[in-house]
Amino acid sequence: MEIPYTTEARPDTGLYNGKFGIWLFLASEVMLFGGLFSAYVFLRNGASDWHAWHEAAELNISLATFNTAVLIASSVTMVMSWASLKMNQFGRYRMYLALTVLCGLIFLVVKYFEYSAKFHHQHYPSTNTFLAIYFTMTGLHGIHVLAGMVVNTYFLGPGAKMWRTEPLRLTNRLEISGLYWHFVDLVWIFLFPVLYLL
Amino acid sequence: MTEGVSTAHHAHHELGFWRKYIFATDHKVIGIQYGLTGLFFMLFGFGLVLLMRWQLAYPEQALPLLGRLFRPDNPSLPGGIMVPEFYNSLGAMHGTIMVFLAVVPVAFAAFGNYIIPLQIGAPDMAFPRINMASYWFYFVGGVIMLGSFFLPGGAANSGWTSYPPLANIATVGQTAWILGMVALITSSLLGAVNFIATVLQLRAKGMTFMRMPVFVWAELATAFLLLLAFPPLEAAGVLQLMDRVAGTSFFMPQGLVVSGQPVQATGGGSVLLWQHLFWFLGHPEVYVLILPAMGIVAEIVANNTRKPLWGYRSIVYSILFITFMSFIVWAHHMYLTGMGTAISAFFQATTMIISIPSIVILTSLVISLWGGAIRFNTPMLFALAFLPMFGIGGLTGLPLGLSAADVHLHDTYYVIGHFHYVVAPGTIFALFAGIYYWFPKITGRKMSEFLGHLHFWPSLLFMNFVFFPMLIQGLAGVNRRLYDGGLQYAHAQDVLILNKVMSHSAFALALVQLPFIINLLWSLKFGKRVNENPWEATTLEWAAPSPPIPHGNFETIPQVYRSSYEYSVPGAPKDFTPQFQP
Repeated sequence: MEIPYTTEARPDTGLYNGKFGIWLFLASEVMLFGGLFSAYVFLRNGASDWHAWHEAAELNISLATFNTAVLIASSVTMVMSWASLKMNQFGRYRMYLALTVLCGLIFLVVKYFEYSAKFHHQHYPSTNTFLAIYFTMTGLHGIHVLAGMVVNTYFLGPGAKMWRTEPLRLTNRLEISGLYWHFVDLVWIFLFPVLYLL
Repeated sequence: MTEGVSTAHHAHHELGFWRKYIFATDHKVIGIQYGLTGLFFMLFGFGLVLLMRWQLAYPEQALPLLGRLFRPDNPSLPGGIMVPEFYNSLGAMHGTIMVFLAVVPVAFAAFGNYIIPLQIGAPDMAFPRINMASYWFYFVGGVIMLGSFFLPGGAANSGWTSYPPLANIATVGQTAWILGMVALITSSLLGAVNFIATVLQLRAKGMTFMRMPVFVWAELATAFLLLLAFPPLEAAGVLQLMDRVAGTSFFMPQGLVVSGQPVQATGGGSVLLWQHLFWFLGHPEVYVLILPAMGIVAEIVANNTRKPLWGYRSIVYSILFITFMSFIVWAHHMYLTGMGTAISAFFQATTMIISIPSIVILTSLVISLWGGAIRFNTPMLFALAFLPMFGIGGLTGLPLGLSAADVHLHDTYYVIGHFHYVVAPGTIFALFAGIYYWFPKITGRKMSEFLGHLHFWPSLLFMNFVFFPMLIQGLAGVNRRLYDGGLQYAHAQDVLILNKVMSHSAFALALVQLPFIINLLWSLKFGKRVNENPWEATTLEWAAPSPPIPHGNFETIPQVYRSSYEYSVPGAPKDFTPQFQP
């Protein structure tokens, strides 16, 4: 017996199963990062020399601004790739999805240079609590970016074969992957001011 | 991201052994996998506490029988005599295993997986492959937890709550504990997403929200608790892992001295932060343990009183209110941390408020008995015992919720007695009730009533002899973490004899679980064969054949015409009118 609403929306919720599932998953992710942001507030409130730690860390605001732009651009290309499938343009779908993965890669490479510079100056997670929360939160976010890239690379390669058999389902999958990608982008939008600017 | 693909395509050709029983995607097989693994861990966790109870009743005496197995150079039990570090490991792991590997998997995942799709008239869960992943993450978490006993220094030994800074400087078993918890949190996340999506997306035609059985409501609420309360613990776990592995100081205060030696850490962290994040999970977790139990009891009470549940809507709204409130009561576990009286006052108020819906549910279930033609079969006996036992557990919690009374009771055996009354003769009795009740659906055979009675009555007796003395000891002021059971503790001297009462009752309690185990195995092969609705019940799972059809459950998906408990409707031909009857 078929499981209902795997591709078409259930009338009363207006969602197909996968989309419902990803929203629930994202709610859980909000709580995960919410826990970490709360920890940040808690630690900062209790610290006597937070500003000194922040100054000493010498975070590179211009690189982070560039990275913010890269991630926002990747969210745009992600939507474009999904919209291309909706409009039946498979070639453009591949191009936009490849651009999305590329943006993710640029983000991680920039992050790598940032981390290396920190280590070069003997700034480690164990140095002080600011650097500890900086490395933990950006690290966890980086893992999320990497996970999104793995999924999107799959849809670029073997996952794309579904276009020939079940185009609607592939389109839905891209929508779900996109929702996740936007969420990861959004987390960075919060991380950037909280860690670099405040 | 990739949504679970419907495996229904494969339904028509036979699956091999591995796909059918091991890497199964059928919700019924996964439910049974969860159930058997969970019951194994429950037995294992019980075994750990039996070792502890020996030590408490006969401090520093060699274990009888088992003791001879241990050489004098054994690090945990030299010559069969327990060392304090091992006692601490047993305590931490008993808590962890019972909560995260036994009760939650059985109450939420096993019953939920098996029963929810049947009760809402669905062919399977919404994401069968994610469902399979959920079980295997749970399995990996269990293996890590079991394996941690063999690490140098043994398993985690900082309590099941893993409070830093103790947990930060503990042996490597604590790192294994964190990794095991990450696997278990992942498992429950996948399960929770699946359950919510299934209930909201796959209800059969006519199954409106107010026609859903109480059990489905309870599991839905539980899934939301797991979905939203567990991630902060995962965040806390990541921070503690960083503290232990990367040398950060999230939970390390400045200038910590351990055994006369200053600890090498930069400091600047907060030990309270861990407690906040832990109890943000920890309190909703209490309702994760109790809500499914209430759901099971509601099903069985309605069926065996042969009348509709009293106050169905009140029960449903109470469940929803509990779900919301349980996120804002966590700091009542922390009155003695010095977080401030204003904060204590707030959490004291919310704690008193959350007791109201629990009482509404319990009262509704008790009033449901009024005027019923009660059938005293084994599931009903366990369900009936749940009511006063959970009542004792709940009411003994009120003094703990008041910050002034908690000054005296905090960290005493009173706390242990209180929450064990909720979980052991409370939730675990409900789980037994559920097993006896749904066994005919799962196997097509009934369990033996005689062995059921032989299991129930002594269990009820010994449960009370194990846990009631704890309340007395706690009121006398006995601390909950004493390795010698209070032998050298001034407050404990008058109540020391109770240690022997509790320990011998615990050993007897273990013995009277034998009829249950025998019953489970014997009935599988020799139980009385029954039709698809042996209890003459009204809910949808009894429309499916016993056992239900692999991958699909029903011959045709039933349609729902009425509310869930239409028993003894005036003018109806029989004393029950199933939901699927037009």
